[in-house]
Amino acid sequence: MAASGSDTVSVVERTRPIVIDGGIVAAHFLGHTAAFVLGEEAIVIAPPDGEPRRVEAHDGAILDTVADDGRVVTAGDDGKIVATDGEGASKVLASDPKHRWIDHVALGPDGVVAWSAGKTAYVQAKDLRAFEAPSTVGGLAFFPKGLRLAIAHYNGATLWFPNAAGAAPEKLEWKGSHLGATVSPDGRFLVTTMQEPMLHGWRLVDRQHMRMSGYAARVTSLSWSAGGHWLASAGASQLVLWPFQSKDGPMGKTPRLLTPSGHRINVVACHPRTDVVAAGYDNGLVLLARIEDGAEILAKKPGEAPITALAWSGDGRQLAWGTESGEAGIVNLG
Amino acid sequence: MSEQSSSEKIPVTVLTGYLGAGKTTLLNRILSEPHGKKYAVIVNEFGEIGIDNDLVVGADEEVFEMNNGCICCTVRGDLVRILDGLMRRKGKFDAIIVETTGLADPAPVAQTFFIDENVGRKTRLDAVVTVADAKWLNERLKDAPEAKNQIAFADVILINKTDLVSPDELSDVEARIRGINPYAKLHRTQRAKVPLDAVLGRNAFDLDRILDLEPDFLGGDDHDHHHHHEHDHGHDHGHDHGHAHAHAHGGLKHYHDEEMQSIALHIDKPLDPDKFFPWVQDLVQKEGPNILRCKGILAFKDDDQRFVFQGVHMILDGDHQRPWQAGEKRDSRVVFIGRNLPGKMITEGFEGCIAK
Repeated sequence: MAASGSDTVSVVERTRPIVIDGGIVAAHFLGHTAAFVLGEEAIVIAPPDGEPRRVEAHDGAILDTVADDGRVVTAGDDGKIVATDGEGASKVLASDPKHRWIDHVALGPDGVVAWSAGKTAYVQAKDLRAFEAPSTVGGLAFFPKGLRLAIAHYNGATLWFPNAAGAAPEKLEWKGSHLGATVSPDGRFLVTTMQEPMLHGWRLVDRQHMRMSGYAARVTSLSWSAGGHWLASAGASQLVLWPFQSKDGPMGKTPRLLTPSGHRINVVACHPRTDVVAAGYDNGLVLLARIEDGAEILAKKPGEAPITALAWSGDGRQLAWGTESGEAGIVNLG
Repeated sequence: MSEQSSSEKIPVTVLTGYLGAGKTTLLNRILSEPHGKKYAVIVNEFGEIGIDNDLVVGADEEVFEMNNGCICCTVRGDLVRILDGLMRRKGKFDAIIVETTGLADPAPVAQTFFIDENVGRKTRLDAVVTVADAKWLNERLKDAPEAKNQIAFADVILINKTDLVSPDELSDVEARIRGINPYAKLHRTQRAKVPLDAVLGRNAFDLDRILDLEPDFLGGDDHDHHHHHEHDHGHDHGHDHGHAHAHAHGGLKHYHDEEMQSIALHIDKPLDPDKFFPWVQDLVQKEGPNILRCKGILAFKDDDQRFVFQGVHMILDGDHQRPWQAGEKRDSRVVFIGRNLPGKMITEGFEGCIAK
């Protein structure tokens, strides 16, 4: 493996370790403050010059999380959607009246929040709107413009305009169970992760299908590169990057494969400004890979626990990582 | 490595049984015994369960087909989601119990653990436990295909409500069950009263625990009887039959279910792996929808290790288990439980795997 070679450039020594009690499921940056979301109950807020502190957010498991520059929004098995800011102030945005698990949460333009509980997707805009999906909602993603939500479910996805009363939701069909959704930054493509180890994509203008397969495991992490030219994905022992530069997207093209190793990639996070991707492995390794030539930088050495969280700060100068067993760090890249 | 050994994985017990057989009674019994353990319970209907300490989650029983052209490759979509959520609270419970509805097919539940790697990495299927109503099972076997599936699929079967039937009726229902599934552990119960270790911690899907493939005996019980299927090989048949007769008094019955059977095969010559694997894969490809479960212990030519496998419909899982011991007879046994199985074809196919 390249990373174990002595010739690999390393930034490991620039890491600020963060001690966390509990498995980490996601990381975000609120400005320069890192936020580590735990599998249960809490978020650990780590300001740039201050002690990390634990903020209680849920009474139970945290099932999904999303963030913008100012807040982390979490969904819990306590039926709550909670927003937590960089100062550690938490506020309940909504509660399910039946205390159902909130499985998914998404943030849209202007900070609109969507979530799902079982088969029902909700959008809290001016008022609360609900959409009943044909099966349990697998994933939610807002379009970059306008109030339009992609809802992944069994046998396809639905595009829903919560504010367009009377407009029929658009149905996109593809057999199988769709468990996650992401919309390209230009709004032209919808990509879903599937129960099978593959991605499915639709070019929305003509509903052309794109099948993206070859993974070893179910894909659980996707990230768009700066400008949306590439879609980075986890789920294989290489970093799989699908090209989205042309109007056809990845149709008829092979993905670019970087950082080959004997271990599975669990999480990916694209740098917000340059074509660099951070890849977190199930053996605890974190590598930064330049898309252009595959050059690698070591950001974290392998450890005991799998990497489960990666996040870049908005300026791309800091990278936060977290593991399943609670190790965490912030790499300062200057 | 993140791959956890099977002992670290959270065990999942699946409770099935036709409507009214006593699943909820069994579940309540498990939860209320003074075992000092905590369970996460996945149920379809809240309400009847009296639980304080345990985590209860409602499920939807969504059966999803995989997009691979195989109609029997199904998973429980809701379980994928719920188990992922529960594992975020690892440490808050010792085991998971899934109670299915009376009309549920156990196969998609079991297949979820084999198909979904994220689920199979952190949890393991411990056993499928089926509760059967001693009084009504015979009727249900006639009119409810779900009830038959649940019996055929089971690792453990509770014949419940034995107080409501006569000894004759009880041995009759046992014989019916044995005609479908001779391999499950049978327990006779009233109000689902059974020692917890009879239903929990069974390791029924653990390849390392495939020790033998002998039909189950109700240990020393005087009503005990069992019968090997007609496809079974001669010497076993003779021995077991003799044994059964020796214990039998009065109502020894044998039922051959017209639709659901088990086929047990035995070969005492070494097998050729290059013949066996293509054969068994082809068999489950073609007959997968009809094969509910299969298991085998295999002796390959020039191989000092026992090979074991198991399967659910089209999904096969197998590995070397341990070295053959000195003096241990190196023979191969396979068992298929399923619907309208082509016995002759399977027998001839298996015999064709003998190494030249």
